[in-house]
Amino acid sequence: MSIRTIKLEVLRYRPEQDKEPFFQTYTVPCEEEWVVLDALNHVKDEIDRTLSYRWSCHMFVCGSCGMVINGEEKLGCKAFLRDYSGTIRIEPLRNFPIERDLVIVQDDFIEKLTSVKPYLIPKEEKSIEQGTYKQTPTELKTYKQYSMCMNCLLCYSACPQYGLESEFIGPAALALAHRYNTDSRDVGRSAREDMAAAHEGVWACSFVGACSQVCPKDVDPAGAIQQLKFSSAVDYLTSYLPGGKR
Amino acid sequence: MQVVNADVIVVGAGGAGLRAAIEVAERSPELSVALISKVYPMRSHTCAAEGGAAAVAKSDDSLEYHFNDTVAGGDWLTDQDAVDLFVNEIPKELTQLEHWGCPWSRESAGDIAVRPFGGMKIMRTWYAADKTGFHMLHTLFQTSLKYPSIKRFDEHYTTDLLVDDGRCYGCTAIEMRTGQMKSFRGKAVIICSGGAGRIFPFTTNGAIKTGDGMAMAYRAGVPLKDMEFVQYHPTGLPGSGILLTEGCRGEGGFLLNKDGYRYLQDYGLGPASDKPVLKAMELGPRDRLSQAFWQEAKKGRTIETKWGDVIHLDMRHLGEKLINERLPLVRDLARSYVNADPVTDLVPVRPVVHYMMGGIHTDINAATPIDGLYAAGECACVSINGANRLGSNSLGELLVFGARAARFAIEHVKTAPTARDEVIDAQVNDAKGRIDALYKRTGGKERVADLRKIMNSTLEDGCGIYRDEAGLKSSCEIVADVRSRYKDINLEDKSHVYNTDLYQTLELGAMIEVAQTVAESALYRTESRGAHQRLDFPERDDTNFLKHSMAFFNPNGAPRVDYHEVIITKSQPAKRVYGGQAA
Repeated sequence: MSIRTIKLEVLRYRPEQDKEPFFQTYTVPCEEEWVVLDALNHVKDEIDRTLSYRWSCHMFVCGSCGMVINGEEKLGCKAFLRDYSGTIRIEPLRNFPIERDLVIVQDDFIEKLTSVKPYLIPKEEKSIEQGTYKQTPTELKTYKQYSMCMNCLLCYSACPQYGLESEFIGPAALALAHRYNTDSRDVGRSAREDMAAAHEGVWACSFVGACSQVCPKDVDPAGAIQQLKFSSAVDYLTSYLPGGKR
Repeated sequence: MQVVNADVIVVGAGGAGLRAAIEVAERSPELSVALISKVYPMRSHTCAAEGGAAAVAKSDDSLEYHFNDTVAGGDWLTDQDAVDLFVNEIPKELTQLEHWGCPWSRESAGDIAVRPFGGMKIMRTWYAADKTGFHMLHTLFQTSLKYPSIKRFDEHYTTDLLVDDGRCYGCTAIEMRTGQMKSFRGKAVIICSGGAGRIFPFTTNGAIKTGDGMAMAYRAGVPLKDMEFVQYHPTGLPGSGILLTEGCRGEGGFLLNKDGYRYLQDYGLGPASDKPVLKAMELGPRDRLSQAFWQEAKKGRTIETKWGDVIHLDMRHLGEKLINERLPLVRDLARSYVNADPVTDLVPVRPVVHYMMGGIHTDINAATPIDGLYAAGECACVSINGANRLGSNSLGELLVFGARAARFAIEHVKTAPTARDEVIDAQVNDAKGRIDALYKRTGGKERVADLRKIMNSTLEDGCGIYRDEAGLKSSCEIVADVRSRYKDINLEDKSHVYNTDLYQTLELGAMIEVAQTVAESALYRTESRGAHQRLDFPERDDTNFLKHSMAFFNPNGAPRVDYHEVIITKSQPAKRVYGGQAA
């Protein structure tokens, strides 16, 4: 069994006692196959009971353990120690208020997600007796990628626009709006348009593409936002055609 | 203290809790719902379910077939009226999920696709690639955002039920952001808090699966039923315990011993065929496959690694296209965690604790013996899983019984009398007093991580795939000791904002109670049935044990274990048959 000793520099902030955040260093004996989350769990169990962070599934599906590791947005359970040398610096996700240590306040995301109506809006309600909608594998493929978002928030942390302008709805919520817009069973695009096409919607994105780079599920929010911009521009123009809504 | 009034209170916001909340909102929008969870809904462990959800969908299938597979799969410890209801309801529930947008995998003409699953005679498992639970959970969560009557209380840790005169009137919960306790007052509570796999050291279960809701109901006097039945999933990654779905075998993967031999044919599951055969070989039920691993290891035919013995899951013949299309997460996990690419490499796997068949005792209406208290999903035992759950029945169970609990809760709310405020207030004060006392306690010698380790390892040693009296007695003694030492735990973190030292301490308290019911119920069941295998009592004993065990809380000692009749309607207990004989 090979053991490697690493140094973790973890950002600490306990609002009841710390005036401002500071880095605390822990020396951790690690197994070679560990991920950063395992090292944090070792700290929690054996070294410092006061360290707080979120985690659950340890298999990159629950999206709890997003953090910034050596300056990059990562899931703690997908950051393998074998890929790091020297001291590892761990910080909470950027662009969100720190609640405590690595725990961020995510209310803003939840509000934004809710605002894009991320649920199926069908043409007409179908009864259970009428069975399922038909949807071909090709139709499924159109939106499937965007349905893989687990709301881990790495993209909000990496997004320079969200950092500058917190009104921006942001990558994950817009990708989910696009997911439903492009679902063959859905006709809710116009209902979502108000949010998506507003100033704080797709047009606020400056297409840096950082969101897609950090996404652990290859959702490609940047691509979704570009497509939303396109359809919103088309909507705008067609609204001036005879029979348009303007 | 803040008081939150709601008509229906749901504890847990995974698949079952979200389904319950939506059902109340759809049927009775005038009723307010408080949906409480210790995590954000999308973190709930439903997200980790991979393979699929079983429901009769095709013309070659029938409700009777699904019923028979489930009852035999559960070694006749299932309640057959509940199974009947379940197989009838689940096609409607999965269709409802489709209407809400769930991205089910499809056949070329656009119909729902199904895949084979262990112990199922016909292909009936609906799936969304290998992330079925994830997509179900997100579909439910996102759909729940439509309903103004659902008010969520994310990251609130529920501590106690409020009960007056045998009726439930709410619960207390700590808001994790502030550490402040709130009392939730209503006339119905639905517990949907998930399983307790974390009582074992090696499990597919996420960190949050600590049996909190089970323990809360148990402490309030509701028995925990059939707790000795713990499911080992045959294919977990060594070291981490990460699940590789049964879909790997459904799609045609093989299990090989150290000689490259498909050893399951030696355990009544053969003959071996190149193509997947339903109810045979790798598509046998989970209990049989995990037991065969244990036997094979005894014979020295498994592969030793530093994480314990493993066998190989061989998917190389499935081809890259199929693996990418239907098992992309499996590929990602295997490459990342064990450096094995299923397209070109054998993947090491071993059995891993996955699911609790037992749980909070409910009747067919998801109602517990406490009026107004309901339970659904893995935390509950209704019981459709009996002594061994078939893969892809649990995602269906949480929908059917989550929705059903809501319907009965709605009815209950209309007629339930009002609680006596002074009785409820006193209970709220007691609940708060216990947390305050924990904060104030000083000089305690025990540490959370130490006690958790002791509990974990004795459960693995004594309550594993095969058990015997000596091992079980030892587990019972050690867990009892851990339970008394728990009273001497000190909080090392006395702060209030997101204090995970506090929540891990409370979770450990819940896990110890649940662990004790597992070990004690297993000790008293002197027979072998489904997932409960006794080396000293190798036969099934229908005369004495065709019964549900019921563990009752005892604050001062081991639980009292009693028994409850199994409901048998149309399928008389018989021998479970798999492999060639099942054809």
